[in-house]
Amino acid sequence: MTDIHTQIDTTVKSNDVVLFMKGNVDMPQCGFSGRSVQILQHLGVPFKDVNVLADDAIRQGIKDYTNWPTVPQLYVKGEFVGGADIMMEMFQSGELKQLMADKGVVV
Amino acid sequence: MAMTAPEIETFIKTALPDAVIEIKDLAGDGNHYSATVASAAFKGKSRVQQHQMVYAALKGNMGGVLHALALTTTILEN
Repeated sequence: MTDIHTQIDTTVKSNDVVLFMKGNVDMPQCGFSGRSVQILQHLGVPFKDVNVLADDAIRQGIKDYTNWPTVPQLYVKGEFVGGADIMMEMFQSGELKQLMADKGVVV
Repeated sequence: MAMTAPEIETFIKTALPDAVIEIKDLAGDGNHYSATVASAAFKGKSRVQQHQMVYAALKGNMGGVLHALALTTTILEN
């Protein structure tokens, strides 16, 4: 595993909920990232935000890490959940809230 | 650079010949689309895997030439 993968791996495994995004929670810099932040805030889920725009190695590395070509990317307990559209779909169906509960994420 | 809806459809159809596809241009800039894709090949796959199949069909254009593709996938029952 490359060191950027190790860095990403450590981040997703040492934080319950991680959102790799463009910008940060206070200043999202892309509509999809902004919407994903709102979803997590609406659920009241504390999460770690990682600004991929601040580090090109992470910006490319995260896409290779999960073979997923876009950002944002949501991880819960080290597992990749999906991008903005999957998050929205799961949020609207109640699956996302259920997933957090199932994984024991404290809300 | 941008992609047209027919180009996106061709890429997806090449990889998923049975796919029923509906594409909407969200911004008129050839960069932001939403698409619904139904295929029997999605059967038994998680949502993430289904989306990865569509991204793979787009042969690296996704996230580069094509900035955003809001994707909804469903299983086509035959």
